[in-house]
Amino acid sequence: MELTGAEIFVRALKDEGVEYVFGYPGGAVLHIYDALYKQEAVKHILVRHEQGAAHAADGYARSTGRPGVVLVTSGPGATNALTGIATAYMDSIPLVVFTGQVMTYLIGDDAFQEVDAVGITRPCVKHNFLVKDVRDLAMTVKKAFHIASTGRPGPVVVDIPKDVTAQRAEYLYPKKISMRSYTPVCAVDDEQVGRAAKRLLEAKRPVVYAGGGVILSNASKALTELIRGLGYPCTNTLMGLGAFPATDPLFLGMLGMHGTYEANLAMHECDVMLAIGARFDDRVTGDLDKFAPNACIIHVDVDPASISKNVTPEIPIVGDAAEVLKRLAKALKSLNQRPDEAALKAWWRRINEWRAVDCLRYDRGSGVIKPQFVVEKLYELTKGEAFVTSDVGQHQMWAAQFYKFDAPRRWINSGGLGTMGFGLPAAMGVQIAHPGKPVACVTGEASIQMCIQELSTCKQYDLPIKVLNLNNRYMGMVRQWQEFIYQGRYSHSYMDALPDFVKLAESYGHVGILVDKPGDVEGALREAFAMKDRLVFMDFITDQTENVYPMIEAGKGHHEMRLSPEKGAASVERELA
Amino acid sequence: MRHIISILLENEAGALSRVAGLFSARGYNIESLTVAPTDDATLSRMTLVTRGSEDVIEQIMKQLNKLIDVVQIVDLTEGAHIEREMLLVKVCVNGKEREEVARLAGIFRGRIIDVTETTYTIELTGAADKLDAFVKTLGSSIIREVVRSGAIGIARGERSLHP
Ligand SMILES: Cc1ncc(C[n+]2csc(CCOP(=O)(O)OP(=O)(O)O)c2C)c(N)n1
Repeated sequence: MELTGAEIFVRALKDEGVEYVFGYPGGAVLHIYDALYKQEAVKHILVRHEQGAAHAADGYARSTGRPGVVLVTSGPGATNALTGIATAYMDSIPLVVFTGQVMTYLIGDDAFQEVDAVGITRPCVKHNFLVKDVRDLAMTVKKAFHIASTGRPGPVVVDIPKDVTAQRAEYLYPKKISMRSYTPVCAVDDEQVGRAAKRLLEAKRPVVYAGGGVILSNASKALTELIRGLGYPCTNTLMGLGAFPATDPLFLGMLGMHGTYEANLAMHECDVMLAIGARFDDRVTGDLDKFAPNACIIHVDVDPASISKNVTPEIPIVGDAAEVLKRLAKALKSLNQRPDEAALKAWWRRINEWRAVDCLRYDRGSGVIKPQFVVEKLYELTKGEAFVTSDVGQHQMWAAQFYKFDAPRRWINSGGLGTMGFGLPAAMGVQIAHPGKPVACVTGEASIQMCIQELSTCKQYDLPIKVLNLNNRYMGMVRQWQEFIYQGRYSHSYMDALPDFVKLAESYGHVGILVDKPGDVEGALREAFAMKDRLVFMDFITDQTENVYPMIEAGKGHHEMRLSPEKGAASVERELA
Repeated sequence: MRHIISILLENEAGALSRVAGLFSARGYNIESLTVAPTDDATLSRMTLVTRGSEDVIEQIMKQLNKLIDVVQIVDLTEGAHIEREMLLVKVCVNGKEREEVARLAGIFRGRIIDVTETTYTIELTGAADKLDAFVKTLGSSIIREVVRSGAIGIARGERSLHP
């Protein structure tokens, strides 16, 4: 039987196993919306802005590992979604984004709501398609999901002209697909794995540096077992938090610009580094000339282009993290040799000295709410089991530093693009994928206003997200840089004319709580999490002057961290110099 | 170092812009780029000439490989290969010059393909440095117009680029 393009589209989503589509209608996709109306298998979540749709689908994808699906109209629908697409691209998140397009015969005419969606999304997608013939539609949908979710994942855009959704064709959804031009993963080179195993066992000062790729490849368990077997220290990137359990004594915390003292110094002084599913991002490495000067680097990545891009490893291994870890564990076993226990003991002694610096300390006796304290309480209260999304800024770094993630896919943040406005819509996607589970959005008063309209979506779908607004009346991260680098000239970083967030939340039908005393923090959190079926917006009035420490400033190396001026820090810096 | 990269890519709309876009987005330079369909209508073959350090060329190869439309790719410069480019040049020639230019074209194995009272148009094929040498020999004072096809290339011997 012949179906219309719109019906084919919806059937294909169903056959692909898509549960939810995050979208917003408009002229070019009305046939599709009509087809959605007539069925129940694929559920549609109506957002309030297309950026929100892309972030929500992204949150869904990050928390489940399954591709997130977006449907928007042509022109402004597509351009509004762009920030969300770029966000997913930078963090290698599988998204399939369907954009409506004007009629095929109008393409290129500057028609109403026409934009070259394939052209404008090209630099920030893994791939994109324009479907010109209804007979290609089902196959293209299949290809889109295949490409988005295999190899190094990423967003794929499918642009569908309106007339294609009206034309008819036989429906046939391919079960499997192979493309001559796309081989997502190549075979792992066991010889390289063998060399890596040998070097790892010879190490005197080893460190494992694991990133988001471990989470994407569902390799956390394999990584944890390998590291525990060796007794080596492990640090995670911002994207990798949860890849290795944060409460494990072998965990050094996050590394990089706002990484811990012990993680960054271990990177600096290590002699063998196993980098896995991480890409030596500039926020991680600091000044490359000063990066890990004595290390033999083993770099595992599914994307050959990530290897030798910023840092040239001695032992490159191309492959999926899970697969490589499996082989590496086998290779280690077959060598039948223990790590150098004496050297390792000395190494841990050194690391523990660094740990004793307590680089994340803050003033616990403060009369104003310290943002770190709020995150700590959130961690305690949720027993580390919440999904935590964040926006971008200081609050993001404090969430990363103070919430200990023991499991993957719980920490959801925009690491690569650093997109303010990500947190709330991403939390929607997470909550929809995990009904009944605690979902917290740690945000700032500047970031939250970038997608605040999604509070309405949360009401419509009864999403009981807990929003923790760390309200310092500043674009805190911008203010911090201005304090350190621009001698305190706070150019346009003060957030004036803020709304009354409690009333704002209430006007959307949610619960709002204002918290302005440290003593009230725990109570407010308890109260909020007790309201299992309500979104609660907590507006924490926090210390305006607090900064994120440690900090590696531009042009500095891992050993040149700026530490908190809290008691004890000064002496440490002197000792290092 | 100058590298000649041959790319087989799906003959799809937009495939060329993916390659060109990659080069501009990542700041790689393109010296020349030619593309045309092959004997297989579903494939195009592109020849791209670029310059860069070994690290940069390695990244270019990897990034090109990542493009979904790219079926196969080879850096011809890594082995023995043949490179050809076509040049069309229009020169203003009068009197005694006419004979001299015709003689030069002959030495370079070029052909005069269009003649007016005041101009010659000459066609010449060869590797880029030969074309450079010819243009230089003619001299800028008589050259009206130069058009070059950009290099195409193929490996010597049995090696070949095939899906
Ligand atoms: C869309 C977007 N615009 C601008 C920036 C630059 N930026 C990074 S952090 C930041 C301030 C964020 O302020 P807030 O949300 O209040 O968080 P805080 O740093 O105070 O915790 C800005 C403007 C960004 N990351 N994203």
